[in-house]
Amino acid sequence: MSIIKYGLIVFLSWMNPSHAGDALSPMLGNPLSETTIQQRNFTVFQNGQGLPVGQGGVTAGKKIYTSRCLSCHGFEGSGNSAEELAGALHRLTDNPPDKTIGTYWPYATTLFDFIRRAMPMDSPGSLSTQEIYDVTAYLLFLNKIIDHNQTIDNKSLANIKMPNRNGFINHYKNNN
Amino acid sequence: MKFKQIAGGLLDRRYFLKKSLVFSVAASIPAYLTAQTPLELERTQWMSEPGLGFSNYGQPSPFEKKTIRWTMANSHTPGNGVSWTPLQDLEGIITPSGLHFERHHNGVPQIDPAVHRLTIHGLVTHPLEFSIENLLQYPKISRICFIECGGNSNAGWHKNPIQTPVGNFHGMVSCSEWTGIPLKLLLNEAQLQPQAKWLIAEGGDASLMNVSLPIEKAINDCFVALYQNGERIRPENGYPLRLIVPGWEGVVNVKWLQRLHIASQPSMSRNETAKYTELLPSGKAQQFSFFMSAKSIITNPSFGHQLNRFGLYQISGLAWSGRGKITRVEVSADQGQTWLDAELQDPILSMCFTRFRIPLEWHGQAIVLSSRATDETGYVQPTRTELIAQRGRHGYFHYNAIVNWALSAQGQISHVYN
Repeated sequence: MSIIKYGLIVFLSWMNPSHAGDALSPMLGNPLSETTIQQRNFTVFQNGQGLPVGQGGVTAGKKIYTSRCLSCHGFEGSGNSAEELAGALHRLTDNPPDKTIGTYWPYATTLFDFIRRAMPMDSPGSLSTQEIYDVTAYLLFLNKIIDHNQTIDNKSLANIKMPNRNGFINHYKNNN
Repeated sequence: MKFKQIAGGLLDRRYFLKKSLVFSVAASIPAYLTAQTPLELERTQWMSEPGLGFSNYGQPSPFEKKTIRWTMANSHTPGNGVSWTPLQDLEGIITPSGLHFERHHNGVPQIDPAVHRLTIHGLVTHPLEFSIENLLQYPKISRICFIECGGNSNAGWHKNPIQTPVGNFHGMVSCSEWTGIPLKLLLNEAQLQPQAKWLIAEGGDASLMNVSLPIEKAINDCFVALYQNGERIRPENGYPLRLIVPGWEGVVNVKWLQRLHIASQPSMSRNETAKYTELLPSGKAQQFSFFMSAKSIITNPSFGHQLNRFGLYQISGLAWSGRGKITRVEVSADQGQTWLDAELQDPILSMCFTRFRIPLEWHGQAIVLSSRATDETGYVQPTRTELIAQRGRHGYFHYNAIVNWALSAQGQISHVYN
């Protein structure tokens, strides 16, 4: 809310942070083209929206994993310095539990998304779309979610039902 | 006036205030009235020579070299780790910017502000990008608020109490004055569409860290900060732009903010599914926990401090809540049997550090000191036993139980569970 006096805009609610969004805006945002948005949009949703066209397989994925991921994530997804990805020995109700892709991650799309965003850590962005799908397939295979001869693609990835798909409670929704 | 002293030697919080009058009257007789021969005036070396010249950017005293962040990272990937704020060495409520805790997923990007853009797209009528130069021209607000990593204090889940300075245990929390632009202003410019329910925020670091937030929080009190404690945000805290989400876990306060994707659903990214979710004894996990619940810690004295005299001490600590103002901090010296209200120091702000203090008369008694915070929603900080009864021991994130320091007859302090 504001009034104008001698050319000055007087904000009646200026000092209250919760109302500060009501302030006038100089409107300096620049419009974006659809092409620019597409180039910047990394988001992948759990329904598969945002996945690039492509597919991958377990055998090719194993090769990429061995050369690009194994030094940190270990043979078959566990044992080295980084996150345990596969090979859970304990269930989530055990003491201690093993939180791997197979026991914990609710969506397979997250796997593609996170590898594309952040992996490998020494050279993020260096894997091709094909290689990301391949490694994703290999990690799903290591977690016994797909067979060794199964392929995945941008259509099928969202339909893979992860073992812990129903393992989460929306704490925000339940407490607000 | 008599002051109530309860078990363990705690005194009424107004003790210092009332006693100060007595102290000033009891000042000693000046030396010049009693000296037999004229005494030589004292002059230290730094009173005897010109000091150093001016500096473009001030640094702490060389005698304070021990007041530093404690860093810990994966040796294979040195950019993936944490540094802790040395809470045991600090006072007041503002964390110096250079001591603000860090959690990076792949190092600190060296972002050129001339190149950086904030993109807003998705369920908006006008997809927009903002340069930093343009953002600097927007109306701003300032807010002093804490940021706490969801994983802070996670050593509390350990079977045995960890013996380490308070900063190395609870120091993934810091408090700054942040200045920036209400997110609502930028979202209004882009015009949210009615289906907009979530805002997916992404950082421009090497991990392209992203998380989803309910749109109502984004509209209510989130802002994009350009300044921290009066100066432009430090690189390790998100330069040139950081999303501030008051009271919510650190990971959603996205650093190096480059993109806001408005959507009807969350993205279910790694850091809101595989991480920053709390496994419960049932095998189910809490997701989108967001709020950092009320918490307090005595920072002085705490582990590593040594009481080396008998007499009066001032206990000092911090309390905060992601759900509003701190309304009460109580301190116990007898393992939580009896509690006494601590003095809350102004300012007491919502979702901000509140400093509390209470006097202690110590004459070598072995005691256990604990603090317990209550926030304006009436929520009371739980004991560790209560927290574990609710959550089990494998939730990792959102540990906020009462912390106990055992003070030995020798004046040493160790961390104990109830």
